[in-house]
Amino acid sequence: MAAPNVVTADTATESSFARTPAIRWVRQNLFSNWFNTAVTLALAYMILKGLYSFASWAVFNAVWTVEGTDTRPCREMSGVGACWAVIGEKHRFILFGIYPFDEQWRPLLAIFLFLGLYVVSAMRAFWNRWLAVIWAVGLTLIGALMWGGVFGLTYIENERWGGLPLTLILATFGIALAFPLSIFLALGRRSNLPAIRALSIVYIELIRGVPLITLLIMASVMFPLFLPEGVSIDKLLRAQVAIILFSAAYLAEVVRGGLQAIPKGQFEAADSLGLSYWQKTAKIILPQALQLVIPPLVNTFIGLFKDTSLVLIIGLFDLLTSAKGALLEPAWLGFGVEVYFFVSVIYFAFCFAMSRYSQNLEVELATGHKH
Amino acid sequence: MASRPAAGKRPPASPGVRLSLRDPTVRALLYQVLAIAGVALVAWYLISNTIQNLETRKIASGFGFLDREAGLPVGEAMIAYSPADSYLRALIVGVLNTLRVAVVGIVLATILGALIGIARLSKNWLLARAATIYVEVARNLPLLLQLIFWWTVFRDIFPGPREAYHPIAGVFMSNRGLQFPSLIDDPAHVYIVAAFLVGIVVAFFLRKWAQRRQDATGQQFPVLWSAVALVFGLPALVFLAAGAPFRLDVPSLQGFNFVGGSNLTPEFAALLVGLTLYTGAFIAEIVRSGILAVSYGQTEAALALGMRRGFVLRLIILPQALRVIVPPLTSQYLNLTKNSSLAVAIGYPDLVNIANTTINQTGQAVEGIAIIMAVYLTVSLSISAFMNWYNRKIALVER
Repeated sequence: MAAPNVVTADTATESSFARTPAIRWVRQNLFSNWFNTAVTLALAYMILKGLYSFASWAVFNAVWTVEGTDTRPCREMSGVGACWAVIGEKHRFILFGIYPFDEQWRPLLAIFLFLGLYVVSAMRAFWNRWLAVIWAVGLTLIGALMWGGVFGLTYIENERWGGLPLTLILATFGIALAFPLSIFLALGRRSNLPAIRALSIVYIELIRGVPLITLLIMASVMFPLFLPEGVSIDKLLRAQVAIILFSAAYLAEVVRGGLQAIPKGQFEAADSLGLSYWQKTAKIILPQALQLVIPPLVNTFIGLFKDTSLVLIIGLFDLLTSAKGALLEPAWLGFGVEVYFFVSVIYFAFCFAMSRYSQNLEVELATGHKH
Repeated sequence: MASRPAAGKRPPASPGVRLSLRDPTVRALLYQVLAIAGVALVAWYLISNTIQNLETRKIASGFGFLDREAGLPVGEAMIAYSPADSYLRALIVGVLNTLRVAVVGIVLATILGALIGIARLSKNWLLARAATIYVEVARNLPLLLQLIFWWTVFRDIFPGPREAYHPIAGVFMSNRGLQFPSLIDDPAHVYIVAAFLVGIVVAFFLRKWAQRRQDATGQQFPVLWSAVALVFGLPALVFLAAGAPFRLDVPSLQGFNFVGGSNLTPEFAALLVGLTLYTGAFIAEIVRSGILAVSYGQTEAALALGMRRGFVLRLIILPQALRVIVPPLTSQYLNLTKNSSLAVAIGYPDLVNIANTTINQTGQAVEGIAIIMAVYLTVSLSISAFMNWYNRKIALVER
């Protein structure tokens, strides 16, 4: 009770502008009763203290550069100040892995191409057939950049790809190829052909019942057994297939939610018009069902983007693996917190952007429906 | 249902039906036969390749390897285990470790998620904002990154045993993990646990009886306080009757390591903290949307009837919110259990970790992966079954 009085007493002498809306807001939202006042004060103390110690670690006491790999200045400040020198030294390794150093403008350009594709896909003005053309051109360019071998670019085998481009490749192709597959699975699960339905249900539930790691381990140790002798598929492709098969099961359940939300009348109306199953599905049902589930689809995409980091366990060189790899050099051993902080910022930027986009879309689509 | 093809609308089978692709029934049959044949063909191709490959690599298939000596060291085990034990026993150790982190994680994540979910709805702006920031950060970073981060903190940043953090007597936090006092076994402890269980059972029946009496007579019974008295009073009585057998094994620093007490390894701690913080953020969102789903009119109506705030929350809001909360909560529990398999990246000996080592040592990839899948499917189905049962229990009874 004391705090609000103090606040008003302090501000009583100030202009009426400062007193009215702002102060009223503070009183209502921070100091409405003794309990809230206590919570506010305790939290404010903890937050300020946390911010201060973070700032002194990350900014005031931080070591920004060192001479070569002489990390003694960093070691002296260990625990007191961050060693951002490790990022300055290792950021290209973290971002591009073991891609040849002089050619790293290529994956950098590929990253920007990916970003361009994402931005274009997020704009509703492009939600038409041109989007497919843009994607085809974009992915071809990215492939040409990463592999090379054309336009005078040297050929780089995909064992040397790494870092952020690899994460983006796994996530993008994972989503792009799992999505059509998931539509067929969802339709299969809702089919009235018992064999098709049973196959879809078994597939979806089996995949959803086991962790992604199992599939990745399967792709890395069991898949070679599946193929005839002499045939081998590279590790990146095997992991990519595992990610696609895994995501398809989760996306299928989201799509099924959309299918279930379509009123029965729509199916019956389409049937009575004499449309075939595929005409009905492609022209009547799916356009409505998919629009309904765009927000949960984006949420599943976020999960998939995060899950690509699991390829670390089978030794593929994605963003997280290259971050871990950057710490292997003895000189930089022990600066994990700085490196993981750097990588966290990148992951967060992608996921947070997607989640914000999904929230906005949800609001837009919801109002669209009420009219 | 709705996508039923024209099959039902066909006129009743006319005499002398001819097989034609224009007939929807024939088409449906054909599609299904083709689908099954396709799947069977792919399966046969893969299996025959696998059998051939196993032959050329001289790997005997089957589960015979389970009896062989594993020779694989395991950092922490809940049952007695030595590298001389069989692969089967090593895998059981792994299953138990998975279950241990999953059960503790589910309990902690639920508590954290409920608190944060309520905090996000708080009228206190600062509290709500802080909760929101936590949820956004935890949800938008890969779990594996978070696990590796916590592992780095617990193992690299925490001091060695000699400079261990020592918040209260007998508790040490160092890069060897958390060392804390443990209870020295005493025969009376079994009876105390038994008394505790008896207390729970009696309290359960007491609640049923009080409910029936209230329904019949309208008289209330102080169930909560008598339940607390039963559940904690009975063990306390047994404890005192047995002469208060309470001796602690307090850890102490000797040389370069701790002696005595119990230990939580940095790997377990990192896995538990990571899983709890990650899943807790998702549960917070579920709890928040569950509470928001109960319209404010319900609260107002209950208050207008003169109910106390506590009763409103317990008898009006919670039962309705739980109906919205339980189904997505189930999938979070399943996710947490499956995500515990990321332990393999930080070296906690869970099922996947041990099975993976087993595969590498024996080459029994097919069997190893089959075991992992079987265990996870069993655990997933059990959790689903339990939560479905609970969901049915709290579901709206429609008349």
